[in-house]
Amino acid sequence: MKLVLAIVRPEKVNAVLEALYRAEVQGLTMSHVSGHGGEIERIETYRGTTLKVEMNDKVRLEIGVSDHFVEPTVRAILGAASTGEVGDGKIFVLPVEKVYRIRTGEEDEAAVTPVAVKKEPAEEVAAY
Amino acid sequence: MDPKINPADTTWMLVSTALVLMMTPALGFFYAGMVRSKNTLNTLMMSFAPLAFVGLAWAFLGYSLAYAPGGRLIGGLRFALLDNVGLTAQGSIPHILFAAYQGTFAIITAALISGAIVERMRFGPYLAFVTLWSILVYAPLAHWVWGGGWLASLGALDFAGGTVVHINAAVAALVIVLFVGARKDYGHQAIIPQNVPFTLLGTGLLWLGWFGFNAGSALAANTSAALAFVNTMLAPMGTLFVWTILDLRRNNKATAVGAATAIVVGLVAVTPAAGFVSPLSAIILGCIAAVPSYYALLFRARTRLDDSLDVLSAHGVGGIVGALLTGILAEKKWNGAVNGALFGNPKQLGIQMVAVIATIAFSAVMTFAILKAMTLVVGVRASVREQGIGLDISQHGEEAYSRGEGAILILPEGGTVDEAGARYRTA
Repeated sequence: MKLVLAIVRPEKVNAVLEALYRAEVQGLTMSHVSGHGGEIERIETYRGTTLKVEMNDKVRLEIGVSDHFVEPTVRAILGAASTGEVGDGKIFVLPVEKVYRIRTGEEDEAAVTPVAVKKEPAEEVAAY
Repeated sequence: MDPKINPADTTWMLVSTALVLMMTPALGFFYAGMVRSKNTLNTLMMSFAPLAFVGLAWAFLGYSLAYAPGGRLIGGLRFALLDNVGLTAQGSIPHILFAAYQGTFAIITAALISGAIVERMRFGPYLAFVTLWSILVYAPLAHWVWGGGWLASLGALDFAGGTVVHINAAVAALVIVLFVGARKDYGHQAIIPQNVPFTLLGTGLLWLGWFGFNAGSALAANTSAALAFVNTMLAPMGTLFVWTILDLRRNNKATAVGAATAIVVGLVAVTPAAGFVSPLSAIILGCIAAVPSYYALLFRARTRLDDSLDVLSAHGVGGIVGALLTGILAEKKWNGAVNGALFGNPKQLGIQMVAVIATIAFSAVMTFAILKAMTLVVGVRASVREQGIGLDISQHGEEAYSRGEGAILILPEGGTVDEAGARYRTA
């Protein structure tokens, strides 16, 4: 099992999610973060105060996957998140010692393999 | 003081002028609530900046072209630079107040257009556009209807600006979308409102301001103003009521963005009719106006036309419905002058149609000409990169919701300072 940790541009998140969906990668966590990846800092001015802003809004995705899913996951993010300019982000692939699924207590491979939850169409509508 | 000046009328028009001026910032909040957070300030600035650019254009030239004695198509230059606009009576109020009141209309009409091109137009070209547009499109059209031009002599009824303001702005909005293009994310990403409370707040302030817009258009504190005032209260109630029913029928949910839209549509529709129809007719007009705009919005969202905040559906469709219903529901008993088609004067509906079609044609052709000329010398569309980081940062160098983390103060003499007070020079 691996943890794929990706930092991407906020405006690219939708494209990334779509690419992951197409690659059948399900289940992820997303958070809004700020960071600096070597892009040119920008100048902002508020009345007489001028600032150099080095931190940029980014989105961090955390995806726990089984080994054979690492490659498609990384490929999907690489393809969708790139603009070719400095500041596109990074992907880190980290080893994972243990994974538990809280609902069932399943461990490791079983815990990162998505369950296709069967739902009646009517039930799905009602859930919204 | 000129004995023709009436203090009561002057008081009401002073208040009305302030109310209508407030509508433009209110419009900014109405619009800004519906864009993404990275474009908040840009959207607000598209309403705030015309206060200066259109306002001054009006003072220097626009007012004269609209209201100075002239031909049937355009006014003269007698009032240019507010020359000959003094403290003497214009009707029963000081002339200078009349000019200021009409100026607030020019400003909001230009700002209305911005709803169609939010989140993607470069700011400099936007300023140039609204300035030119207010002089070349708004002023002549105001002359046609209110300044003694040909639509006025034809007998077209437009109490407070259904044609001049709303249809005009909506047609210009449609044309400018063709030049600026759709947002880069339009049609393949969900673009949802960042702050619906802003939109509702803006709507509330718009409604408040609209009392000055419509009841002020009586240009006096009289019964006509009272009628317009009450109709401005009643018509949007009808629209909001019907809209809510339509929303409930569609998704079983009455939406807040829908309510805000409904109120604006109702206000737009009653604008040409305000001082001409009975209160009951105003309610009926408000109720009817909800339907075409509601379905126009749904239809537009399925097209490739990125009229982002639906200026065409709200102001264009609402304005046309209002202008035509004015020709049907006008009642001499209430306005002391003209009946509409329902009260034995079918000719009035024909005149209203002429006014609507003339407005659409003039606005479309002139707006197209301005933008065609502009795009020959300047790019109007923000780049994909600029749209990506947002127009607040790319056009204004500011953020609406800044946390200040990682921001380094640049000292006035250059360089920065660390927490211990040591100064560093930047390269």
